[in-house]
Amino acid sequence: MTSQTVGPRPSIMRRILPQLVILIVALALNVAVFPEFFQIDFRNGRLFGNLIDVLNRGAPVALLCIGMTLVIATKGIDLSVGAVMAIAGAVAASVVVEGHGWGMALLAALAAGGLCGLWNGFLVAVLRIQPIVATLVLMVAGRGIAQLVTEGKILTFDNAGLIHLGAGTVAGLPTPILIWLALGALVTCVVRKTALGMLIEAIGINERSSRLAGINSRVLLVCVYLVSGLCAALAGVIVAADIKGADANNAGLWLELDAILAVVIGGNSLLGGRFSIVASLIGALIIQSINSVILLSGLPPEFNLVIKALLILGILVIQSPRIGTYIYMLKASGPQPQPDAPPIRSTKEETAR
Amino acid sequence: MKDTLTPDTPVLHARGISKFFPGTIALDDVELRLMPGEVHALLGENGAGKSTLIKCLTGAYRRDAGTLLLDGREIDPVSTADSQRLGIGTVYQEVNLLPNLTVAENLFLGRQPTRAGFIMRRQMNAEARAVLAGYGLSLDPAEPLAAYSVAIQQVIAIARAVEMSGKVLILDEPTASLDHDEVQLLFDVVRQVKARGLAVVFITHFLDQVFAISDRATVLRNGRVVGECLLAEMTQRDVVTMMLGRHLEARTKARDTGAAGKTLVEIADLGKRGLIAPFSLNIREGEVVGLAGLLGSGRTETANLIFGAVQADQGRVMLRGQEIAIKTPRDAVAHRFALCPEDRKLDGIVGDLSVRDNIILALQARQGWMRPIPRAKVEEIAQTYVRALDIRLASLDMPIRLLSGGNQQKALLARWLATNPDLLILDEPTRGIDVGAHAEIVALIEQLRADGMALLVASSELEELVAYSTRVLVLRDRQQVRELVGDQITPDNIINAIAIEEVA
Amino acid sequence: MIRSTHLPLLITLATFVLAYALCASAYPAMLSLRVVANLLTDNAFLGIAAVGMTFVILSGGIDLSIGSVIAFTGVFLAVILRDTSLHPLAAFALVLLLTTGFGTVMGATIHYLEMPPFIVTLAGMFLARGAAYVLSTESVPITHEFYDTLQGLYWKIDGARFRLIGGLMVLTFIVGILVAHRTRFGQNVYALGGGEQAAKLMGVPVARTTIGIYAVSGGLAGLSGIVFSLYTSAGYSLATVGVELEAIAAVVIGGTLLTGGYGFVGGTLFGILIMGLIQTYIVFDGTLSSWWTKIVIGGLLFAFILLQKGLTWAAKKRAAQARMRTATGSAALS
Repeated sequence: MTSQTVGPRPSIMRRILPQLVILIVALALNVAVFPEFFQIDFRNGRLFGNLIDVLNRGAPVALLCIGMTLVIATKGIDLSVGAVMAIAGAVAASVVVEGHGWGMALLAALAAGGLCGLWNGFLVAVLRIQPIVATLVLMVAGRGIAQLVTEGKILTFDNAGLIHLGAGTVAGLPTPILIWLALGALVTCVVRKTALGMLIEAIGINERSSRLAGINSRVLLVCVYLVSGLCAALAGVIVAADIKGADANNAGLWLELDAILAVVIGGNSLLGGRFSIVASLIGALIIQSINSVILLSGLPPEFNLVIKALLILGILVIQSPRIGTYIYMLKASGPQPQPDAPPIRSTKEETAR
Repeated sequence: MKDTLTPDTPVLHARGISKFFPGTIALDDVELRLMPGEVHALLGENGAGKSTLIKCLTGAYRRDAGTLLLDGREIDPVSTADSQRLGIGTVYQEVNLLPNLTVAENLFLGRQPTRAGFIMRRQMNAEARAVLAGYGLSLDPAEPLAAYSVAIQQVIAIARAVEMSGKVLILDEPTASLDHDEVQLLFDVVRQVKARGLAVVFITHFLDQVFAISDRATVLRNGRVVGECLLAEMTQRDVVTMMLGRHLEARTKARDTGAAGKTLVEIADLGKRGLIAPFSLNIREGEVVGLAGLLGSGRTETANLIFGAVQADQGRVMLRGQEIAIKTPRDAVAHRFALCPEDRKLDGIVGDLSVRDNIILALQARQGWMRPIPRAKVEEIAQTYVRALDIRLASLDMPIRLLSGGNQQKALLARWLATNPDLLILDEPTRGIDVGAHAEIVALIEQLRADGMALLVASSELEELVAYSTRVLVLRDRQQVRELVGDQITPDNIINAIAIEEVA
Repeated sequence: MIRSTHLPLLITLATFVLAYALCASAYPAMLSLRVVANLLTDNAFLGIAAVGMTFVILSGGIDLSIGSVIAFTGVFLAVILRDTSLHPLAAFALVLLLTTGFGTVMGATIHYLEMPPFIVTLAGMFLARGAAYVLSTESVPITHEFYDTLQGLYWKIDGARFRLIGGLMVLTFIVGILVAHRTRFGQNVYALGGGEQAAKLMGVPVARTTIGIYAVSGGLAGLSGIVFSLYTSAGYSLATVGVELEAIAAVVIGGTLLTGGYGFVGGTLFGILIMGLIQTYIVFDGTLSSWWTKIVIGGLLFAFILLQKGLTWAAKKRAAQARMRTATGSAALS
């Protein structure tokens, strides 16, 4: 984290190298416990294999982390994405249950997710409420709203078009994989081929300065939360389609934490600023690969959370600013750097404003 | 250097202090002697080593060589808390006390009177009231600190430092955000502290204040002591000469009275309730309008109002005879206004972005995110201004926060010059930067004016305002009180304009 | 004398009184002592955990792990009491030691590795929940005569049973209030919330305080887990999911600023009671579905966040005006 914010803007390869290494290690672990991990079969017009599974099951978190990366780049956080997934799934299900087509359902779900994103954006950008607080509101109330839509039941459906989004294939590849790859590519393209990415980073680093430089920070902030809401809606529809039903209680439960984790594993600072969507997506794949290792190794699934927690700690310790300073000191091994100099941007200072 | 030591032994004697950072020697064999009952000014330009020395004294840094003697006994503080216990208290410019705690809690944090582990609040409040009364403050110690003004908070910080430490009081730029009256309030307190026999170290950029309150001074340059002197025997000029290591050539002012161009901006009755009284102002092309006044007089507010950083609630702005609406900085930028703000770190730089991105930021924001500036063009713009303004950097890819203050200021100027503004507003363009960059920025302002740009410059440095302004507006108490033109523009006249109002 | 910093607390109190009045006017039966007793009993575990959360939030941090720690405690107790002959009291001591140690480690990680509390306690949340799973994925019933004794303890007034665990919560709040407002540790917590940099310069032992705060939160989550196991007579690794959210909501509704530095432990009690009232009302009503609880609490949370925003804004404005006054007339002061 520190090495990326100091010094020249690294090339994309250098930026994502640590994440790639971790991913390769995770995949190698998969192979170690299950040698046929990379084997991919083509049966019944669909690709089968563990690697495909990783890509497929990682789709919800991958989708969420696209929006989350942008939100975190603005020094924000979106805790509501899991609840928004539940709302979007509930809306999509209730639309098809009422007899409308899957296109209509998708649009309605996206509209619901967009609305949630706008609400978060309004609280953060217009009412200037701290993001973690602002999005907590929807995190708490969102599942209640989703249950309101489904009237407390698990709404099941059998609309083929909608189910296709979560369980179908296109040219042999499961649809969710194509959706997150396409969305990831699209958003990366939009932010990097335009000036959007730089402006978002500027807001995340110093919003006051950015506003005084003429950047429309308010609109940009609303936009990133809108994108996050839309990504969550898409993820919600996929999850609902996959199980052919909307479960307001459990859909997307704790996925906001996985998404934040993916972003952090992707080397993006929670304090905002420089970001890389590609690295976040690799982070999402790392999380899924770890899940896969545990599954394939035959370890009881109970260990899943413990191992995940230890992994997070491991990765975070490596990325910790203090450890970074320590390594730097070892390398310099001569005069001491200035660890006591006040940080350029301290968290406390920023949230206080 | 003549021997100016009084016969007493120093309270604090720092000898042979050295501190190295990778690639630089921050302090080289520095000696500092603090006598009881004196105010000792620590002088030097930015980067001379003042703050490093203070940090070595307070234990925030570990010194690499040298000894510290407190009352003749060797000490070795390892943290600010440690030095506090030993008797060295420090008051900083900003991060001082906790606004959410009460006055009494701030005064007694860490040493509250307790019985059986429980804090005795009533006793604490009573003691706090008594302590503060000793400094001439009569206030409710159970109110949160945030309820009081910055000046009173500073006095409370001093009271805390004196009560806790009681031997040495270090004041690190305590007056930077105070106005004239508040500085006097603070000085009264400092005199009381001095009368109690403490040694006070006083650090400031304001030489007037140094001479007003200090007895002796130690002058640092490039990490070395260049002299220790009794201030009663010195002039300001002598001190500046020591600080800079050369004589300031008296700036000969050949005011270019060449007629300014057409009127660019007409401002009529622009104001905001509670912030600044309505004011009117015309700025012509090829003219530098100076804004003078004490801190808090409304200079920054005027600049912010015109630029839309603060939205006006009355009045109007005409640009080339057409009324325009400026509600946000965005509107201002769209009309080719530019503002270099007073607080570089908070309002100016985007610290983690590269110097290159910082330079093109305003231009890119004006173009909108849909039309990114091509990479080659970005490079060209950045290179042009780095060369034109002589910005010293290792690489354009460096995060701007790693640049020195002067170079950051130049990069910010580059940001706005890149937008090719019609009206350039500069708020304290030379604050806190070294003398070299200072002169370059003054020269740049004159150059831009000669090229036909309209400039509005707010500054607290009168000499500087006199040097480049074609007109000077004097503000007091958030109102315009006087306009000076042509030969009227002298430091004396500006001071008089402020002072006359004071009498009235 | 009413001070501006007490305003959020007063508003919380007023909200509670108003909410109770509304409930009582709709269902006079809610005025009974029995409802009050149940309010205390049903919210005991949440209240105890929320005391710890108040300390964490006052210091400017957050602890996402408490729900998992409560579940872990329950499962741990159930498994220990099932598989060993350890006395419950010894098991309580052991589990309190474990959870306090767990909090200590999280606090140390946050402080020494300079990592955001959000992420560290998120990892803690996974770890504790995972440990609970590893112990048992099934719900383990607790049968021990000592449990029956404890559960049988109550103080009866007019047919209302004030049970042990409700009393334990009230006691925890009293101790919490004393620690927050009358000890140096409590003052240091507020100091950290006011600004870590300034607190450090003022000599606050930042390391000790940070670690202490998370240790307290972990320990109280453990106590809350014990209470929860007394309440349900079982340990289940999937229990108390999302309790950290409810605790955070109670703290905010109780008038504590989520960014730290301002607030009262006592306010949190009323935050808990307000949330309990909403649930009780929905139970009394009978026609309203349970999800309305979440929506109403979310709405309440929003209202209090807006209120805090408004108060902060007003305070800033006042400070600016005070600044202007001294600028024009500080002669009067000197």
